Amino acid sequence: MLKEFYTVTTVVNGQSYKRVIEPRMSLCDFLRDELDLTGTHVGCEHGVCGACTILVDGLPVRSCLMLAPHADGADIQTIEGLANEDGELNVLQWAFREKHALQCGFCTPGFLTTITAFLAENPNPDREEVREALSGNTCRCTGYQHIIDAVLLAAETMRADK
Amino acid sequence: MKPARFKYANPKTLNDALSLRAEYEDESRFLAGGQSLLPTMAFRLAQPEILIDLNWLHELNYVRLETSGAIRVGATVRHREMQVNRLIIDHQPLVNEAVFQVAHQQIRNRGTLCGNLAHADPSSEMPAVMLALEARFHAKSIDTDRWIEAVDFFLGVFETALEGPEMLIEIELPSMPERIGTSFMELSRRPGDYAMMGVAVVLTLNKDGTCANCRLAFCNASDTAVLAPKAMASLVGKPVNEETVRAVANIVQTELDPPDNINASSAYKTHLAGVLTRRALLKAVERASGGARAAA
Amino acid sequence: MGKKTNRYFGTRQRRNEDPALLTGRGLFVADVHLSNMRHAAFVRSPFASAKINGIDTSAAKKLPGIVAIITAEDLGELGRPTPLVVPPPPIEGLEFNQQTQVPLASKRVRYVGEPVAMVIAETRYLAEDATDVIEVDFEELPTAIDLEKSLHDDAFIVHEDMSSNVAARARQFKGDYAKAAKAAHTVIKRRFTYEHGMAHPMETRGIVAQWDDRVNRLFVWAATQGPSLLRGALAGMMGMNEGDIRVIAPFVGGGFGVKVLYYYPEEMLIPWVAKRLGCAVKWIEDRGEHFVATVQERGQIHDAEIALDKNGMILGVKDTFLHDNGAYNPYGLTVPLNSQCSVLGNYVIPNYDSTMTCVYTNKPIVGPFRGAGRQHGIFVIERLMDIAARELGLDRNEIRRRNYIPHDAFPFNNELIFQDFTVLTYDTGNYEPALDRMLEVIDYKKFIEDEQPNLKAEGRHVGIGIVSYMEGTGIGPYEGAKIQVQSTGRVRVVTGIGTQGQSHFTSFAQIVADHMGVTPEEVDIITGDTDQFYWGAGTFASRGAVVAGNAINEAAEAVAKIALEKGAEHLGCAINDVALEDGHVVTIKDTTKRVPLGELALLANPMRGAVKPGTEPGLEATRFFGPERGTTANGVHGVIVEVDPETMFVNILKYFIVHDCGVIINPMVVDGQIHGGVAQGIGNAFYEKIEFSESGQIQNATLADYLLPTSMEVPDMDVEHIETPSATNRLGIKGVGEAGAIPVAAAFAQAVEDALDLPAKGIELLDIPLSPDALWILTQS
Repeated sequence: MLKEFYTVTTVVNGQSYKRVIEPRMSLCDFLRDELDLTGTHVGCEHGVCGACTILVDGLPVRSCLMLAPHADGADIQTIEGLANEDGELNVLQWAFREKHALQCGFCTPGFLTTITAFLAENPNPDREEVREALSGNTCRCTGYQHIIDAVLLAAETMRADK
Repeated sequence: MKPARFKYANPKTLNDALSLRAEYEDESRFLAGGQSLLPTMAFRLAQPEILIDLNWLHELNYVRLETSGAIRVGATVRHREMQVNRLIIDHQPLVNEAVFQVAHQQIRNRGTLCGNLAHADPSSEMPAVMLALEARFHAKSIDTDRWIEAVDFFLGVFETALEGPEMLIEIELPSMPERIGTSFMELSRRPGDYAMMGVAVVLTLNKDGTCANCRLAFCNASDTAVLAPKAMASLVGKPVNEETVRAVANIVQTELDPPDNINASSAYKTHLAGVLTRRALLKAVERASGGARAAA
Repeated sequence: MGKKTNRYFGTRQRRNEDPALLTGRGLFVADVHLSNMRHAAFVRSPFASAKINGIDTSAAKKLPGIVAIITAEDLGELGRPTPLVVPPPPIEGLEFNQQTQVPLASKRVRYVGEPVAMVIAETRYLAEDATDVIEVDFEELPTAIDLEKSLHDDAFIVHEDMSSNVAARARQFKGDYAKAAKAAHTVIKRRFTYEHGMAHPMETRGIVAQWDDRVNRLFVWAATQGPSLLRGALAGMMGMNEGDIRVIAPFVGGGFGVKVLYYYPEEMLIPWVAKRLGCAVKWIEDRGEHFVATVQERGQIHDAEIALDKNGMILGVKDTFLHDNGAYNPYGLTVPLNSQCSVLGNYVIPNYDSTMTCVYTNKPIVGPFRGAGRQHGIFVIERLMDIAARELGLDRNEIRRRNYIPHDAFPFNNELIFQDFTVLTYDTGNYEPALDRMLEVIDYKKFIEDEQPNLKAEGRHVGIGIVSYMEGTGIGPYEGAKIQVQSTGRVRVVTGIGTQGQSHFTSFAQIVADHMGVTPEEVDIITGDTDQFYWGAGTFASRGAVVAGNAINEAAEAVAKIALEKGAEHLGCAINDVALEDGHVVTIKDTTKRVPLGELALLANPMRGAVKPGTEPGLEATRFFGPERGTTANGVHGVIVEVDPETMFVNILKYFIVHDCGVIINPMVVDGQIHGGVAQGIGNAFYEKIEFSESGQIQNATLADYLLPTSMEVPDMDVEHIETPSATNRLGIKGVGEAGAIPVAAAFAQAVEDALDLPAKGIELLDIPLSPDALWILTQS
């Protein structure tokens, strides 16, 4: 019953992976070091900054506060899986560029995954709802204003596209 | 900031989990949502030799309405469920209101209510909510099975009434009678942080609008979530208005002796406890008399 | 030859760097994976002050996956104290006591977090396992923690070879303050304490080094603001040729000053051990380490006074201040010198007398973090102006207006030595229009006369704060750039500075695009690779756009001229008859007669025949720019806050900025820089404080306890631009990187005082950061 190694079988961005790892490995290290998906960034490793946010079964979670075994059987989406199939920026990514919602870009993957889930639940948010939705992600560069602008632009564009 | 090595168990049934716990009582820890334990392990402040991961116990993933009108929440139910579950929204407005103050959405998507309660952080919101609601805690081991009242559950900082081999497998939130109003209010430096001070109020009115029963539970006011019994008793039988709640708030300020924290001195926290008591009671009475249970 | 027009320069352009960053493809140092790569972790002192009696690594060596364990005795030459990054300034009578750290401590540790041993292992997890079981025999010593007490006679002395904790003492003055004060109508004296906190870029520091003995070269990837500086430092510490070291700063996740060269132990040790082991070694600082191992800013205590005549004209300012230096001073006096100079603010201060004392304490090292001491100085002068206005019955804006350096007084010589060691001279400025514009956008008159009284009548506590500031930016020594046209027609620009989110890939491309007749998307900016461009200093002190921008401008102009010459030759016409347009050299009369830039680049690099004497192959030029001195940006911040008088929570209702950073390259980017600066300023004013215990432990060393502002704390802002061109450079630009952060606390304090009508109750806000708790306690007394 007690395992020193664990075999993780998971789907990340639509692709299946199987890896044997030490169970103490964090999910973010698993994605970055085992699957070479380095777009998920590690900012604090104690669950505060939000940089490592990924989508597990559609919901945003801190991948530094999950163990690699928790990926077993899960359907995971990371920053690498957000762009359109042709590799073009999706609407949210496009809006981030239009509104200058990133500077150094280190925290950006966590914002994009968080907002992807948020807009799926709330396609027509107001400014304060967006502000609240972002509050679990820290950005030290932008002061957030342009990020909020970008989310609202993305929401508006997505609604118009529907 | 990498956790120390541990052996990992991923039991698929409650029975297996409890057996493991019985076998490795001293060197093991349960892992629920992990939102408190994993950072502690990342800093290597906790170094369990064996981690019994409860995330695979699907049998405990339920929110259930009992015939008594009480709600039971299983050990692996995540905070998010307190936000979106219809039973919680309809029957437990205080839990629903308070859960939005628990950290941020990413944490609520992963952290569990029972894990949070078993962790017994005195600055956490939910222990105070449980105290205010008079929730019951279902503790089970491979050999024992018992219920613990909320007032008996929290013993100290990160310390509960759970005995070595026991696990908190579910909690029960009692049904709410008529003419009840609840409110949760807290003040934290940043929304999502642990509160500098927080209060959970459950107020029951008599038909004439006077107070039948009043429960005031506070987070970050002591080494556990605490009630303010004198203040609670002082309101019974009285009308609930600006004047009477101010008197209750004054009693709260004499009754509590919160410890200093980095972001708030004891004196300031005591002051806030009074302010929040007044504001939350007024909100609760408005809800009780309006018949509206749900959070605004 | 066609005249250059500004088609892209000065306009909003979306960023070239974004697609990679938005899709997870941007390479940060932590993403560098190499074969045969080992991982480092450090044993750090748990004590702020201790003797080391011995280190036992035997248990650790037995653990699985351990490659090497390094202590001071293994270091040889590398084990000596690191050099100063910034030498002492040429100030007459300066006392300067240099203390720098060794990469690994062997006898004494002087702050919590000082590295003692390094473990190299197969994974970071295994390396940390070993750090857990390395036994260091520490003998705890007393500490010097409190800034003032560390100067007392009975204070513990941080450095045993010194007789006090004075790291430096410098008096700078102009005129005769004592005489001015005697003649004054009013003299106001106050004590101010100002804590500035930690930068916390979302990416911590990190470095990967690889020794390749096939070519005898060292390859280094580092999250650094100064790749060339790091190369030079490594060469010096390791006794290597600079040219044998290649430092690459890939995408860097924010710097804010703390990723400049400090001779950080890890940055010296990782390349050294990679060379020693003949492999690749990676170290990524974790957030726990960042709290102690990366430089931070900290507190100053100012005893300041201002002398005024009855009309509110400043006769002089005197300031005596203490600066908490931490345990070592590798960056010299940069931060306190900025403070000393910033107290002069935007005003004509004919007599100034300032003495700073820098103090060693058993705390992590202090180094520049966005604003770099300017906040402290601006807070002092702006608060003095507020108090002076009150005491003289003047409007807060009027007293500032009266004392502003007039538009026609520039260049304005302030006679002090600045952080770049030149005489502090403001190149240009136009302060009144910025204030006027602020009063207009914030509708000051209406607020004071109508809104505030009405709100007050409703029982609401709403206040306004309006402050001015200046920022010395764009200092030397120099930057350079090489520009080449590629055979694809794309224009390649390489420069030595690093980049940490400042949008260089776009702003620099805009400068080049206009010269070369291409779009910014057709310009590739390569920064931070010492093999691509040898020379440079780095991105700090709000200097990237000013210094590298002008070097790029010069180089682009030169390459454009070469392209026009070659194009004219190819098209068979005179140089005056051709222009650069749409990626081609075209004839002006008939733009269909054209030759693509890529083709010209190929023609300029022929396989047969000789390159003509006096010319060089390719469409290429290298230029350098070194400003004689810095350039001075300025601005006005205005804030309206509402305070809950019961809880003392402050809600920012409106935030306005009128900013002048000279000529703007990309207004969208400038807005972003200002927003980010203000956000950090709000953190400084109200949320961020490093809490040290008496034993020197940081009490709030997690991001749950050290409060970085989130989207809930930072309000929307309105940014207005005024453009007063700089006189120091041809583009007329001034730096903007640090500006937003500088005056926020001063504005905040003024507004909160106003909201609660505190001066009427005899309360003044003289200490930063504020907090609801601190405000409540103040108002209780």
